[in-house]
Amino acid sequence: MNRYPRWKYIVILAAVLLGIVYSLPNLFGEVPAVQVSPATSVAQVDQALMTRVQQTLTKAQISFDGVIYEPNGIKVRLHDTDTQLKAKDALQADLGDSYTVALNLLSATPEWLQSVGALPMYLGLDLRGGVHFLMQVDMKAALNKQLDRQTNDIRNKLRDEKIPLAGVNRDGSNLIVKFKDADTREKGSEILRQAMRESTITSLDDTRLQLTPTPVALKAIQDQTIQQNMLTLRNRVNELGVAEPVIQQQGADRVVVQLPGVQDTAKAKDILGRTASLEIHMVDDEHMDGPTVSAAMQGLVPPGDDFYPTSRDGSPVLVKKLSLLTGEDIAGASAGYDQSSQPAVHVNFDTRGARIFAQLTRENVGKRMAILLIEKGKGEVVTAPVIREPITGGQVQITGRMTVKDANDVALLLRAGALAAPMEIIEERTIGPSLGAENISKGIHSVLWGFVAITIFMAIYYRRMGLYSAVALGVNLLMLVAVLSFIQATLTLPGIAAIALTVGMAIDANVLINERIREELRAGHTAHAALSAGYDRAFATITDSNVTNFIAGMALIAYGSGPVRGFAVVLCLGILTSMFSAVLVSRAMVNLTYGRQRKLTKISI
Amino acid sequence: MEFFRFKRDIPFMSYAKTTTIISLVTFLFSVYFLATKGLNFGVEFTGGTVIEVHYQQSAEPAKAQDALAKAGFTDSSVQNFGTSSDLIIRMPLKEGVSSAQLSETVIGALRADQPTVELRRVEFIGPQVGKELVTDGAIALGLVCLGIMAYLAFRFEWRFALAAIIANLHDVVIILGFFAFFQWEFSLTVLAAVLSVLGYSVNESVVVFDRIRENFRKYKKLTVAEIINNAITATMSRTIITHGCTELVVLSMLFFGGETLHNFALALTIGIVFGIYSSVLVSSPIVLWLGATREHFIKPDNAEAKSAEAQP
Repeated sequence: MNRYPRWKYIVILAAVLLGIVYSLPNLFGEVPAVQVSPATSVAQVDQALMTRVQQTLTKAQISFDGVIYEPNGIKVRLHDTDTQLKAKDALQADLGDSYTVALNLLSATPEWLQSVGALPMYLGLDLRGGVHFLMQVDMKAALNKQLDRQTNDIRNKLRDEKIPLAGVNRDGSNLIVKFKDADTREKGSEILRQAMRESTITSLDDTRLQLTPTPVALKAIQDQTIQQNMLTLRNRVNELGVAEPVIQQQGADRVVVQLPGVQDTAKAKDILGRTASLEIHMVDDEHMDGPTVSAAMQGLVPPGDDFYPTSRDGSPVLVKKLSLLTGEDIAGASAGYDQSSQPAVHVNFDTRGARIFAQLTRENVGKRMAILLIEKGKGEVVTAPVIREPITGGQVQITGRMTVKDANDVALLLRAGALAAPMEIIEERTIGPSLGAENISKGIHSVLWGFVAITIFMAIYYRRMGLYSAVALGVNLLMLVAVLSFIQATLTLPGIAAIALTVGMAIDANVLINERIREELRAGHTAHAALSAGYDRAFATITDSNVTNFIAGMALIAYGSGPVRGFAVVLCLGILTSMFSAVLVSRAMVNLTYGRQRKLTKISI
Repeated sequence: MEFFRFKRDIPFMSYAKTTTIISLVTFLFSVYFLATKGLNFGVEFTGGTVIEVHYQQSAEPAKAQDALAKAGFTDSSVQNFGTSSDLIIRMPLKEGVSSAQLSETVIGALRADQPTVELRRVEFIGPQVGKELVTDGAIALGLVCLGIMAYLAFRFEWRFALAAIIANLHDVVIILGFFAFFQWEFSLTVLAAVLSVLGYSVNESVVVFDRIRENFRKYKKLTVAEIINNAITATMSRTIITHGCTELVVLSMLFFGGETLHNFALALTIGIVFGIYSSVLVSSPIVLWLGATREHFIKPDNAEAKSAEAQP
């Protein structure tokens, strides 16, 4: 009656062994390390780099425990955090700008475990310390930029086809194109229909056309904006020298940035939060005379222009609204010095940008061009030089009254790519490292002492059956940890609370079984029959109660966020493992010990 | 060892009116406090900034508040947090101030007063995120209720689903009432605790209903009330022991879990204690009053009876 076929024992044993193997990595702790990764697309990660890293460290008399080659970077294991900092400095000094050297914590799991995919649990920020940002992309601004560009394209196209245009205005997310009369409007409509495929064109009245972006086009703009911004963020994060950053899209217009282990949160926020982008506009030379400028100072700005009362070199500038080139067209930027040894920023455009820039400078020799740095919607004219000759090489130098630090900062911002649309931090969580370690210890203690208390109680109240229940609970815990480690789910402090809760809830199944067995014994059934009936009858109830808990857990996974989701994931996993261990493992032990005894009269319960 | 050995069934159902009135009264009190005092929503729901700082020696909230006021933050609330050397500073949302800069300025102001202060944790929730979390929380609650009701209606019968959900929502409201009365902080983790309690406390109802169903099959001559009494008495032992064990773990969390898990553990404790009460003494009377009879349990499909006794 109370016998399990051999294969069931083997399955259970295998599960327990796997549980042990995959939970082991969590005992090993972490070692400080540095990670060398390429900062530009030209820099290579190869054997030569590895040798160079080793040589640099040896020369600086920094002892290291090992060097690991990985496709995305070289990792060096070190003894302690002091050596870690020294190593970082030494390597950064030697490798220069082409590589970033980041501080990192590597798990000390031995090779043989790692080869089967056994890793320690992935700790969330509230256990590791670090920074978490949720950034919202200003989609309206992105759309406006796109509409500006379209306006220019429309003008150019119609001018090329020699169709006179009365004006182009923006109305919400539509563009209204005004013609002189119905005829030109017809002709214009034809041309635009061919050229502007990403808009639907409708006639407003005899002389006006309305262009509305198609839903497909809108989505494309959104996606492109997010992609561009994420790329920019990634570059900026790399500049910060953070290992294992997390940059993910969340929803249609948000980006999550997580920087584990970051100590200097001020700098992180500063670099990430800045949304500087470069724009090149033409200066409105026609209106740059005394009276118009003073009127502008008072607030009367000529239509089609923006007014900047001061620029970095001091004088007020009237700038045409249309942006001709933006940060997207920049290939690179670096700080350097100009001919008079003043700090300057050298900017390179990409092919498209270079082409446009060449055309721009060719058409406007003698006129002034304004180079604007836009931060959070406010623009600043960095410099407004006169275009002396066409610049076909795609390189421009930004000079002005800036310090070396200014030049470096501006270059960094430009180099990391400008944002296609401004972003704003709408949620931020910073956990100091000491709090992280403290949270882990608190969590572990809660689980541990709860488990001990339950074990003691079960052993006293249900005696041997209680002990079996406690062992099953232990196996449950083991398997839960193993599964969490294996799937690398993020463990947060609420997640550890969920582990504790699982311990408390899982014992329910065993209590049900044990109570049922006692009842059967009291009703006069034989020991074997009682054991059997106890397990059978209890199973349906156990299933029902676990399913209801599971439903609660799933709802939390769907609608929770951050730490709460971590809680829910652990809860659900715990329910699954408890279904396995509470019934099968404890029954296996019962069957092993009592199963053989034919004439069983007494059960220790 | 056995605590709960009952020779005869305790006639719970004869006290049904009394127990339900007690529940109703506690429920009404909770609603009253929720309406008047309202919940003390944590920063995740209201938006704003929470900063936790650690001093080397004991921290004085008053001094810190002064230092902040000098730097221009006049609407901050500063309290001790856990130990005497930790402070928690709460600041509501301000128009036009980006949090990113806010925490830096705050730390600067505090450092001016006491250079060794250490920043432990900063949380900034923007207004939209806060609102979304409230909506998401409400949706989660709704989904859990619906999901559980659907499952119970499928496993037993609609009367049971209704009775179970009423009893357990009653628990949830009582927990919220406690939080409103004592003005404990209602954070996202507490919401998670509340939802867990909902799932967990439905267990109780399920165990009792399961027993009732079994009794209907076994005892053909008893009245519905007697069957229910028997079911509750028989499962009482298990109910109290399980809740006791879970509470042991929660107590462990209360002692060792630190401040962050403190309110979470409180919500769980209240849920567990009232859960016993409501699931046993509230859901069963409701089932009775909704007119449950033997036929509802023993449906003409014998297949269901067979499957309920299948081997695991």
